[in-house]
Amino acid sequence: MLAEIGAASIDDLFAVIPAGNRLDRDLAVPRAHAESEIIDYFRSAGRKNATGYASFLGAGAYRHYRPVIIDSLVQRGEFLTSYTPYQAEITQGTLQAIFEFQTMIAELTGMDVANASMYDGSTGAAEAVRMAMRVTGREKAVVAATVHPEYREVMATYARHQELPSTLVGYDPKTGRVDLAALEAAITQETAAVLVQSPNFFGVVEDIPAIAAIAHAKGALLVVSIAEAVSLGVVRPPVEADIVSLEAQSFGVALSYGGPFCGVIAAKEQFLRQMPGRLVGQTVDGNGNRGFVLTLSTREQHIRREKATSNICTNQALVALMATIFLSVYGKEGIRELAEHNLAKADYAAKALGAQPGARLLFAGSPRFNEFVLQSEEAPAAWSQRLLDKKIVGGIGLARWYPELDNSTLWCATEMVTREQIDTAAKVLAAAAVEAL
Amino acid sequence: MTTNATGPHTLGKVRPHPTQNEALLFEKSSPGKRAYMLPPLDVPAVDAAALLGPAHRKTPGQLPELSEIEIIRHFTRLSTWNYAIDLGMYPLGSCTMKYNPRVNELVARIEGLAEAHPYRPDSLAQGILEVIDLLQCCLLEITGMDAITLQPAAGAHGEFTGILLVRAWHESQGNPRRKIIIPDSAHGTNPATAAICGYTVENLKSNAEGGIDLEALAAQVDYETAALMLTNPSTIGVFESQIARIAEILHAKGALLYMDGANMNALVGKARPGDFGVDVMHLNLHKTFSTPHGGGGPGSGPVACKAFLEPFLPIPVLVQNENGTKHWKYDRPQSVGRVRAFYGNVGMFIRALAYILANGPDGLRQTTEDAVLNANYIRKKLDGVYELPYKTASMHEVVFSDKLQAAKGVKTGDIAKRLIDYGFHPYTVSFPMIVHGALMIEPTESESLEELDLFISAMRSIAKEVEETPELVKTAPHSTRVSRLDEVQAARKPILRWRPVE
Amino acid sequence: MAYPANYRYTREHEWIELSGSIGTIGITDYAQNSLGDIVYVDVPKVGDPVTANATFGSVESVKAVSDLFSPVTGTVTAVNEELKSAPDKINEDPHGAWIIKVEVADPSQLDALLDSAAYEAFVSEETGS
Repeated sequence: MLAEIGAASIDDLFAVIPAGNRLDRDLAVPRAHAESEIIDYFRSAGRKNATGYASFLGAGAYRHYRPVIIDSLVQRGEFLTSYTPYQAEITQGTLQAIFEFQTMIAELTGMDVANASMYDGSTGAAEAVRMAMRVTGREKAVVAATVHPEYREVMATYARHQELPSTLVGYDPKTGRVDLAALEAAITQETAAVLVQSPNFFGVVEDIPAIAAIAHAKGALLVVSIAEAVSLGVVRPPVEADIVSLEAQSFGVALSYGGPFCGVIAAKEQFLRQMPGRLVGQTVDGNGNRGFVLTLSTREQHIRREKATSNICTNQALVALMATIFLSVYGKEGIRELAEHNLAKADYAAKALGAQPGARLLFAGSPRFNEFVLQSEEAPAAWSQRLLDKKIVGGIGLARWYPELDNSTLWCATEMVTREQIDTAAKVLAAAAVEAL
Repeated sequence: MTTNATGPHTLGKVRPHPTQNEALLFEKSSPGKRAYMLPPLDVPAVDAAALLGPAHRKTPGQLPELSEIEIIRHFTRLSTWNYAIDLGMYPLGSCTMKYNPRVNELVARIEGLAEAHPYRPDSLAQGILEVIDLLQCCLLEITGMDAITLQPAAGAHGEFTGILLVRAWHESQGNPRRKIIIPDSAHGTNPATAAICGYTVENLKSNAEGGIDLEALAAQVDYETAALMLTNPSTIGVFESQIARIAEILHAKGALLYMDGANMNALVGKARPGDFGVDVMHLNLHKTFSTPHGGGGPGSGPVACKAFLEPFLPIPVLVQNENGTKHWKYDRPQSVGRVRAFYGNVGMFIRALAYILANGPDGLRQTTEDAVLNANYIRKKLDGVYELPYKTASMHEVVFSDKLQAAKGVKTGDIAKRLIDYGFHPYTVSFPMIVHGALMIEPTESESLEELDLFISAMRSIAKEVEETPELVKTAPHSTRVSRLDEVQAARKPILRWRPVE
Repeated sequence: MAYPANYRYTREHEWIELSGSIGTIGITDYAQNSLGDIVYVDVPKVGDPVTANATFGSVESVKAVSDLFSPVTGTVTAVNEELKSAPDKINEDPHGAWIIKVEVADPSQLDALLDSAAYEAFVSEETGS
């Protein structure tokens, strides 16, 4: 081949790099590993990561059962190793699947249109707020303190350089829901978006109709962020919202220590042209056959460049496919049944743990899905080690984000948690009270 | 050579084959069909309506109801309509469509890693933290940089993060500055990113060789310039041999050099951006480091930087304790903040590290050499068949133009569609914009000589067709399940979801 | 296609027809031909101000976006609602399918624009024909 090119050696092809810029030694990376060694290395890492623990962790990442056919299908090379569907004639598989994804998300969220995915729920929320700015021409945001703290941090990062001042609105300490009076006071004629999460970070379902009325009265858009997608099986969708930012990780996407996940933005039809991210549309070919294409591309970076609705290019296509398959497996009835199982487990857990001496269930009167907040007399750090000794990871301490809730923990009970695990956790909490005496 | 009704021959690489039709899931749905079964509830059932009150969902979402075999057939049939790396070459420039090793899929699914919750205590997460740490070290060594974050979810997200670092540093120096210079050959994400970070974009015209015009750059850089965003090798596949001088011009006025690392497949093991003056850069794990494209994502866009930018990295950063264990550190007062929840696309870190371990130092260098060799081979064999607008040496990708074919009214987009009939995915069409009617070709190291020769023969055959039967090319593709789709209708009357027939 | 003699033209390929103090504005045949099939027109609202040489909206094809530049300064009095559902009217009849009507503040601004002969010459130069 070198002869064909007319080069004497491979180094000739790199001569264009000035000598001073060339690397003249081997890279100091580990030596080449055989396939069996690679597997051993990661298996060993997996063991160090400790398996076999029951988990009551939620807080934006949820452990749900993943039907086996998800991986069977997404590992097909035609899905796994295919490129972005810019050449529609040879990517109808990906495009039709995305069209189905867009439809399912719109159905579940009560919106008119959904896009083909964003990176995750946190960046999706930030992009949804920016979208509201474009639509309204206004520049301020009002954000509920009950939105996931890390989502709010991401918003702050995006907002800092877009001159998007935002006001934080607190929650009612009895209900765990956004303080409506404070919300009303914070929204002005300059507010582009009101951002809330439902179920919120505490697991409590917000009063979306009331919040929407307040936002719309001043001409602001309501953006609802949903972190636990399975809630849509049994919780009323936020139909009064203008934009919904969903984290679809619960729909069959592995936890994988936090990523890749699957954000989506869904909205009312009239905001379509301000939506970021890819959109798949239905059309026909030259012979009248139905087909699908990426459409409304003029919103995107490869055409609008600096005036694009977002800089997003690569999205989460394969993870969105996992969600589509998950939703197909459960279907209309299954997603409701699954959500009801979550509701039952969490209700049992909340009652069992909240009944222990020294423990108190917070926001008890408010509707919630599969998460709840427990306040304990003893500091969480003390009994969490006892739980770990029983191979249980308990709820996460809230003090790091809500200093006023310093002896409180956030617990999640999905269909994957067993009664036995809940009962054991309750016993451990009870033991803590005894030892504290 | 097989004769094909749609043209003289297609090199025997493709034959017609029946594929199954398949409607939408919703069109096959029927009430009562199910593919799931939940275990029996071991806690008391609850009355959802009573528990949730007005928050209860009364009408379920209209999801389809299908049996498992129907779901398997549905998606399997859909998959057969896709082209993929597993089927053949993708000559897409700047996409680096290399083989996605299957062992990566296995290791990413190992239970202890795949099922780890991001908030699990550090004491139970040491395995994954070690994986993250090792990947970080390898990427720092490969790039010649001092510090790194793996948090960004994709290349564009990495660009955003990198420019945030630039801005934070300038702010710490007393003036955030107002402008970012971007060459007109840049990928669209570059100006889109600069705008999101609150900077004005200043275009820099490429010189006659398609590279950076040093004089123009020197004239444009001033004390309001925050940075130059550069892709190196450029989007026409050419190494900026004056890169050290470019860095000097910028640094002299206190501006920074940002490098878009999309084309790292030409540099790994041969040159390191940190060694030639780059201050901050992003990488695309789904390009250079073999993680699968998956039909459009997920990706991962780590950002590496020099030590002076380290204090501004997104939180949290991974730090080592005295006893060798690791934990996440959040207390970083100068950090730009978070660019996403949790730590990044960890599943892709595992795959990228597996790729690095499979290659080792020799494999990584060999990969780069093969990538550049393959691109130059194609360049030599197609030079003259298609116009080569820039004569400077190509690295891992080569850019032609459609000038020779334009005389017959055939454009790069048409040639690309005809290439499909020959069993290949099109190359990158009409990008970069500095070349009129561009054909951007990047074979990667994964392609054998046989596949390259087939590609070259196909491109030559098409060039001949342009001369003799241009209509065949202009109306391609002829052999696909669907012919050219009406994109105008899709944009004029968008139908973005299925709706039940009333 | 001929360029109507009573219209005036900009170098950005917009046309304007003045009737009393109302200017009717659209894009030329050359513009619609370069853009290809038009899929969407982004327009201002009635009552919005427009400024000579500044953008007042944009025209989109599948693969490109083009800004629309106002030939005059004034206030928008009407927007062609038909273009919302049938943007292709501009392709079919570029000199008839108007985009906005403007109350022109200073009609003498039209003197600075090209007449049909000058515009035709300008287009020939651009296309090298």
